[in-house]
Amino acid sequence: MLVGESGSGKTTALRLLAGLLEPAEGRIELDGLTYFDSSRNLSVVPHKRPIGYVAQDYALFPHLNVLENVAFGLRALRMPAPLRRASELLERFGITDLAERRPAQLSGGQQQRVALARALAIEPRLLLLDEPLAALDLSTRRVVRAELIRLLAELPCVTIYVTHSPAEALLFGERVTVLEKGRVSQSGARDDLLRHPRSSYVAEFLGLNLYRGVVGSRTDDGLVRVSVEGGELFLAEDAPIGEEIHVVVDPREVVLSTERPQGSARNVFVGPIEEIAPEPPLGERVRVSVGSRPALIAEVTRAAASAMALAPGRMAYASFKATGARAYR
Amino acid sequence: MIRAAAVGAGVLLLLLLGIPIASLILRVPAASLATRMADPAIQEALRLSLVTTLISTLLIVLIGTPVAYVLATRDFPGKRVVETLIDLPMVLPPTVAGLALLLAFGRMGIAGKILGFGLPFTTLAVIVAQVFMAAPFFIAPARAGFAALDRRLLDAAATLRASEGYAFARVVLPLTLPSLTAGAAMACARALGEFGATITFAGNLPGVTQTMPLAVYVAFQSDLEAAIVLSVLLMILSFGLLLGLRAATGRMGPASSLAAPIAR
Repeated sequence: MLVGESGSGKTTALRLLAGLLEPAEGRIELDGLTYFDSSRNLSVVPHKRPIGYVAQDYALFPHLNVLENVAFGLRALRMPAPLRRASELLERFGITDLAERRPAQLSGGQQQRVALARALAIEPRLLLLDEPLAALDLSTRRVVRAELIRLLAELPCVTIYVTHSPAEALLFGERVTVLEKGRVSQSGARDDLLRHPRSSYVAEFLGLNLYRGVVGSRTDDGLVRVSVEGGELFLAEDAPIGEEIHVVVDPREVVLSTERPQGSARNVFVGPIEEIAPEPPLGERVRVSVGSRPALIAEVTRAAASAMALAPGRMAYASFKATGARAYR
Repeated sequence: MIRAAAVGAGVLLLLLLGIPIASLILRVPAASLATRMADPAIQEALRLSLVTTLISTLLIVLIGTPVAYVLATRDFPGKRVVETLIDLPMVLPPTVAGLALLLAFGRMGIAGKILGFGLPFTTLAVIVAQVFMAAPFFIAPARAGFAALDRRLLDAAATLRASEGYAFARVVLPLTLPSLTAGAAMACARALGEFGATITFAGNLPGVTQTMPLAVYVAFQSDLEAAIVLSVLLMILSFGLLLGLRAATGRMGPASSLAAPIAR
């Protein structure tokens, strides 16, 4: 899984692998074979790479019917009996009855299956999928997504799946790589991503407050100071001084009040309320963004929010206990 | 307001095109059409026109297709100069083009010296003049057609293991065929009507370089009736060519028409 916001370089990464773009420098290897190496001035042309690529809009050939589209790669490789092999594939994908149709006569979901069958016909070692669900409307997306999960699980080849949706990434991928502004910000197992988000993009999707900071001095009562962008946090953690760490704070651990809180919370911030958004599914809880330094998001019940008469622009105190935050490298 | 102006302009244009054509057709002496057609001189001019036009159209398509493809898909230094050079015959007075060809391909010209013989006043010169004058009429729409082709289809072909040549034959050509046939027909019609460059460069030798337009001009000097018959013949040929082309591209699909290159 390769996940990132639009413009983060996901499609570029796929096009580099497929050979449709050439990197300025670096190396591309697959199964021990090198396909690009800037230091050796080596670049294998795209049609000699064993890589299947399904573009975001599927790019089916409009002048060929479904069967001919699927047989295209087999014919280009001069494989024997391309049409027979192609129709076997159509059968496997359950689209035999579409064989004679032109791409323009297919629904989005059907086009996607044809594009997938076409890419898999030549048995690539690596399959690249660029936002395979993006071109579909919401109602078909759900159906196609379920089919796609089943299908990808059966594939013998490695698949790189690109998406802008963290939900999709977590649903499909065992290994997830997060791209931000052209750079990998986090790469690892799905569970690690869920537990230890290292990018604001993923943290925002998971609904967590994420801070990057450096461990400062230790206080008298055994807490550590962590300086983060815009302020300082107190944590009950055992991190060595000078270490760079990530801190997540669950919005449900954040307490809101309109007066300075008198309790034991060590982390108290004040700032204007920027936004109040109801939480799905019922909207019984609301997420309140506070423009303090550092900024915090708190999640409270709607009843509590109206009891305090919270509204955008009003000053509010947001606080959480030193034990309410989690830190990791 | 705009609608009225458009209708007015349309009527004016139709009259401008229609009245001369009608005048020609009305002046054809019905009885003499058959006898005129039997005239060996007319048959000779007609045959020469058809043969040279066919050959020059083939040459234009063969040379022009790769040129148009490269111009549409690649960038190289001096591209703009090359493009302008290719378009130049479209705006050049044909007699000027003929004179330039004469100087180049004459026995003493640069190209003539390389060839070792003088090209002027041969049938080959007629073909060279036609190719020179008509090639831009093919290259312009062909280039537009290639440029309008969705590059993502070529990317798809490449990742499906198709070499560039295979992709050109199986993806590019079928999808740009309407633009290519439209261009070929325009070039063919232009070659058929070529006059100025031909008479300057190839001369006016009956049976060798005297094509239909030249024959019309010669007949006009002495025998108006013959000129009219030849003209009508030429007009029917051109009209049939364009009409046939529209029918042919119309069959290829709803997205194709004479000028519109097929996008995806």
